[in-house]
Amino acid sequence: MTNNDTDQRTTSTGAGSFVEHRITVRDLNIFYGKFRAIADVDMDIEPQSVTALIGPSGCGKSTFLRSLNRMHEVIDGATVEGSVQINGVDLYGPRVDPVLVRRKIGMVFQRPNPFPTMSIAENVLAGKRLNQRRLKKNEADEVVEAALRDSNLWEEVKDRLDAPGGGLSGGQQQRLCIARAIAVEPEVLLMDEPCSALDPISTLAVEQLMLELKEKYTIVIVTHNMQQAARVSERTAFFNIEGTGKPGRLIEMDDTAVIFSNPIQQATQDYVTGRFG
Amino acid sequence: MSVSVAHLTSDEMVAHHFDSPPLARRATAAIAGASMVIAVVLSALMGGVAPARVLAIGAVVYALSIYVVSRRVEGRRRGFDRLVTTLVTGAFLLVTIPLVSVIWTTIDRGSARFDSAFFTETMRGVVGAGGGAKHAIIGTLIITGLAALMSVPIGILVAIYLVEYGRRNRLSSMITTMVDVMTGIPSIVAGLFAYSLFAVFQGPGARSGLAGAVALTVLMTPVVVRATEEMLRLVPNDLREAAFALGVPKWKTIVKVVLPTAIGGILTGITLAIARVIGETAPLLIACGLAQDTNLNPLSGRMTTLPVMSYYGYVAPGFPPEAGYDRGWAAALVLIIIVLALFTVARVIAKVLQPKGLR
Ligand SMILES: Nc1ncnc2c1ncn2[C@@H]1O[C@H](COP(=O)(O)OP(=O)(O)OP(=O)(O)O)[C@@H](O)[C@H]1O
Ligand SMILES: [Mg+2]
Repeated sequence: MTNNDTDQRTTSTGAGSFVEHRITVRDLNIFYGKFRAIADVDMDIEPQSVTALIGPSGCGKSTFLRSLNRMHEVIDGATVEGSVQINGVDLYGPRVDPVLVRRKIGMVFQRPNPFPTMSIAENVLAGKRLNQRRLKKNEADEVVEAALRDSNLWEEVKDRLDAPGGGLSGGQQQRLCIARAIAVEPEVLLMDEPCSALDPISTLAVEQLMLELKEKYTIVIVTHNMQQAARVSERTAFFNIEGTGKPGRLIEMDDTAVIFSNPIQQATQDYVTGRFG
Repeated sequence: MSVSVAHLTSDEMVAHHFDSPPLARRATAAIAGASMVIAVVLSALMGGVAPARVLAIGAVVYALSIYVVSRRVEGRRRGFDRLVTTLVTGAFLLVTIPLVSVIWTTIDRGSARFDSAFFTETMRGVVGAGGGAKHAIIGTLIITGLAALMSVPIGILVAIYLVEYGRRNRLSSMITTMVDVMTGIPSIVAGLFAYSLFAVFQGPGARSGLAGAVALTVLMTPVVVRATEEMLRLVPNDLREAAFALGVPKWKTIVKVVLPTAIGGILTGITLAIARVIGETAPLLIACGLAQDTNLNPLSGRMTTLPVMSYYGYVAPGFPPEAGYDRGWAAALVLIIIVLALFTVARVIAKVLQPKGLR
C-alpha cells in the first residue's frame, strides 16, 4: 500500500493534480459475527463521479459503505471476505495498513459525531493535528475557513470558532463533520446519509459541494432521498433484502437515469417509484 | 372548557380539569403541624416525649395523612407523588443523620487542639499535653501520594486495556474477575501482604512508608480500575469511529479523544479511591508502625499517618489522657478537611476539563 501510494503520487504530479481512484469490489461478503449482512457484491465505482447507494432500511448500505475504508472491522466480531481494490490494490491485502487506508478514504457518518472536547476550529483541524502534522497558525486558519465554507457552515460559526463543537445544532454538527472529513483532503469520500439532518438550504450546499469535489475525488453516498440521488449521482446502486435475517444483496447498478426511469429489475422499479420499502 | 364538559357530573369535571387545584402551602404546613402535635401526644402515651421518638412518629403520621388528604383533593397521581416525595425525603434525612453527627462531633471535640502548634510540632518526647501532628500530616501526604502514584497509572492502563483492547477476550475476563476479588480484600490482609513482602527484602520487622503505600496500592488499584472502566465505557463509540475514519491510529485516538472526553469522571473516580485509602488504619499499623517524629524517607523507618495517630490517641493517650484524646480528635478533623479539600480540587479540575457543549 505504502509503496503503491508513492507510485500514485508520482503519477499524479506527472499527469496532473490528481489521480483517478477507481474502486473495484469483487465477491464481497460482510459479516457481523456469524450474521451475514451483505452477500456476494460485485461493483465498479467510477472515479471522479458520485455513486449513490439506495435501498430499504437495514439492507446493509451503511455496512457496505464502511467496508470500503475498512471501518467495518472496528466493530467487535465484524469481518469481511472478498476484495475491494482501489486502482488495483486490494485494501484487504495482508500488508495493507487500515490506518493509511482511512487517511485516503474519508467518511461522513449517518449520525453527527463532533469531538465534544474540541472547539469548532479544532474539530475541523482534528484530522491534520492528530496525524502529527504541525500546522502554522495562518495555515490552520486557511484550512478551517476553506473547509467550513465548503460545508456551508462558515457564515454561521465564523465568530465563534473557539466555541465547543458539541454546542451546535444537529444539522450544524453534521456540516462540521463534513468539514472535518474534507479538511484532510481525502481522495475518496464516503458519505452515509449526510443530509438526513439538514435543512433544504444546507442540503443544497452539501450537494453543491459534492459536485465540486467530484471534479477531483471519488464520492460514494448513501441516501434515502430519491431526488437527491437523481440530482447528484452519475451511477446508482440498489440494494435489497429478501427478509429479516437474510443478507442484503446488490440488485442492480446502472446509470442513475436508467435506474430511475427504466430499471431492469422489477424490485428496483417498485422501490424507486415508492411502491414498497 | 366548561361548555364542553357541561354534561359531566362535578366529580368527573374534577377528573377532566387539567389544572386541578394543588394543596395550598398553608394546608401542607397545617398537616405537618397537626402531625407533630399528634406525635407529641402519642409519644407521651408511649412513655416519654423524646425528640427522636416524636420526629419518627410525626414523620409517619405526616406521610400517611398527606397521602390521604392529597389523594382526596388532588387526585390519585398527585397523592401518590406526595407520598413518595415524603418517603424519599425522609430516607435522605435519615442517612444524613450519621454524616452530620460524625462531622459535628469531630469539629466539636477536635477543635480543642486545632491550633497552630498542632501543625508545627510532632509527638517527639511528648508524654502528656502539647505535641502536634506535623509528622502525621506529612506521613499521610507521603504515603497516600505514593499509593496514588503507583495505583493511578496502573489502574488507568488496566482500564484502557479492558475497554479498548481486550473486549471480551479470556485475559480481560480474568483481569475483571481479579479486580473484583481485589475489591473484596480486607484492608488488614493488604497490610500483611505488604509487611511480608518487605520482610522478604529487608528482613523481618522492617517497616517503612513505602510498605504502607504498597498496602494502600493494593486497596486502591481496583477502585481506580473500576471507576476508569465505567467512564471509558460511557464514551460513545461514534467518537472513536470519527477518529479512526480520519486515519488516526488507535493509541492516539485513545490518548487524544477518548481520555479527554472521560477525564472528568476519571478524576472523580481517582479522588474517591484516594478518599477510600487515606483513612486506612489497620494496614498501616502493620506496615508502617508508629513514629513520634517526622520521617521524610519512605524507604526506611517507621512513619505515621493521621488515622494511626488518631487511633493511638485513644489506645495510648498518655497522662493525663485528655490531651491524647484531644490530639486524636484533632487528627481526625484534619483528615476530614484534607479529604474535603481533595474533593473540591477534583470538582474544580473536572469542571475545567469537562467536555464543552455537552451539558
Ligand atoms: N454493529 C452491528 N452488529 C450487528 N449487526 C449489525 C450492526 N450494525 C448493523 N447490523 C445489521 O446489519 C444489517 C444492515 O445494517 P445497516 O446499518 O448496514 O443498514 P442500512 O442499509 O444502512 O440501514 P439504514 O438505511 O436504516 O441506515 C441490519 O440487519 C443490521 O441489523
Ligand atoms: Mg445506514
